[in-house]
Amino acid sequence: MNALTLWFHRIGSPPTFHRIATAVQPWCYAIAFVLGIVGLYGGLVLAPRDYQQGDAYRIIFIHVPCAWMGLFAYAFMAVNAFVALVWRIKLSEVLAMASAPVGAAFTFITLVTGSLWGKPMWGTWWTWDARLTSELFLLFLYFGVIGLYHAIEDRRQAARAASFLALVGVVNLPIVHFSVNWWNTLHQGSTVRLLGPSKIDASMLWPLLLMAVATHLWFFGSVLARTRAGLVELDAGKDWVRTLALARAE
Amino acid sequence: MKPGSTSAACTALLRRDLVLVWRRRGDALTPLLFALIVVALFPLAIGAQADTLRHVAAGIVFVATLLAGLLALDTLFRGDYEDGSLEQLVLSPHPLSLLLACKIAVHWLTTALPLIAISPLLGELLYLDPALRTLLPLALLLTTPLLSLIGAVCVALTVGMQRSGMLLALLVLPLYVPVLIFGAGACNAAQMGLPFLAPLLWLAAGLVLALVLAPLACAAALRISIS
Repeated sequence: MNALTLWFHRIGSPPTFHRIATAVQPWCYAIAFVLGIVGLYGGLVLAPRDYQQGDAYRIIFIHVPCAWMGLFAYAFMAVNAFVALVWRIKLSEVLAMASAPVGAAFTFITLVTGSLWGKPMWGTWWTWDARLTSELFLLFLYFGVIGLYHAIEDRRQAARAASFLALVGVVNLPIVHFSVNWWNTLHQGSTVRLLGPSKIDASMLWPLLLMAVATHLWFFGSVLARTRAGLVELDAGKDWVRTLALARAE
Repeated sequence: MKPGSTSAACTALLRRDLVLVWRRRGDALTPLLFALIVVALFPLAIGAQADTLRHVAAGIVFVATLLAGLLALDTLFRGDYEDGSLEQLVLSPHPLSLLLACKIAVHWLTTALPLIAISPLLGELLYLDPALRTLLPLALLLTTPLLSLIGAVCVALTVGMQRSGMLLALLVLPLYVPVLIFGAGACNAAQMGLPFLAPLLWLAAGLVLALVLAPLACAAALRISIS
């Protein structure tokens, strides 16, 4: 077994991962908190007013990173679900199920901030626009995964069934997006691009990117916390959990 | 046909499922009654003006069919799960996806086909646009197999549960969205005099894809929930 596979197997074992997660998680939260404060200050105070939308545009510093995170969390969940189903790695099952509620929360924040922004800009809380609708159905897919996970008694079987549903959702998500796009569109196009120049001014871009990094770190901190709890619950009664509990009790 | 071959197994399964439905033909009528009642509720709720109803008729018929199909989905595996024959299917040497495809086909024939047959009646109750009289059953003919195939995957995931009704709706309905958009979209486009062939072709493409992939996914899901 070469060094890479050995490392992979070692990190995949619950006790090792639990130890690493315990060490990494506070750092994730701390850096996310600092970056978030700086990003929010840059976005809400330093960045100039928009010539068209005034101060109302400032909600994008919350809305856009959360929207990215909603999709990122789904992708993260789907990759872990795939690994869990194909290689039957227990850790991936727990990771996939840990990211579902966090992703759902980010999607929910996206919908709420979007409708808060929509009221002054479009004059309505909600429109049946393509992006809003597919975001809504993304939230429903998350709810389906979470609901299925909690409806089955056996934790590992529940995780496998919910993982399978998450993968079905991956196939479905682009189709939903495409179909509602064809059906109705009002939302503005993307202004930030990975490749090529963005259509947003640099003074507004840096707080946005900072917020994006902060939300990613917060996501990982939150997923690690949930995974730690999930691993301890799953392995309750095993030696490493018992030593952990005894060490905590002393 | 050699006894013990896969085709013999499929034929036997088809015959058995059809006989089971025939012996309980009263139950097979429930989705029809449900769709009829749902459609009848709409004029009571939004008023009986012919213009308003004609405007939304195709959409209401689609949603009523979809909901009736959702209610009927639960029966796809329930009986077989309770008497243990579903486990025998999983254990049999024949490809599980093919056997499940047979079950889904019978389920579609006995629940969705009657709904398509009464869809002109449902349309007339809502003063359906005469231009849609042939298009609506045709669109339903393309949508309902898709709904059955996608639904079967989700039912397979919830098969052992006691009260799976609400959860099943939560799992299935987000997956039904594209089908509904294209099916009802074709009818709405035709009503406005726009070209309606493109969404129907998309539906047909989706149906071909689902015919191949959904039984495989259904078999994988069933293996997860019966283990």
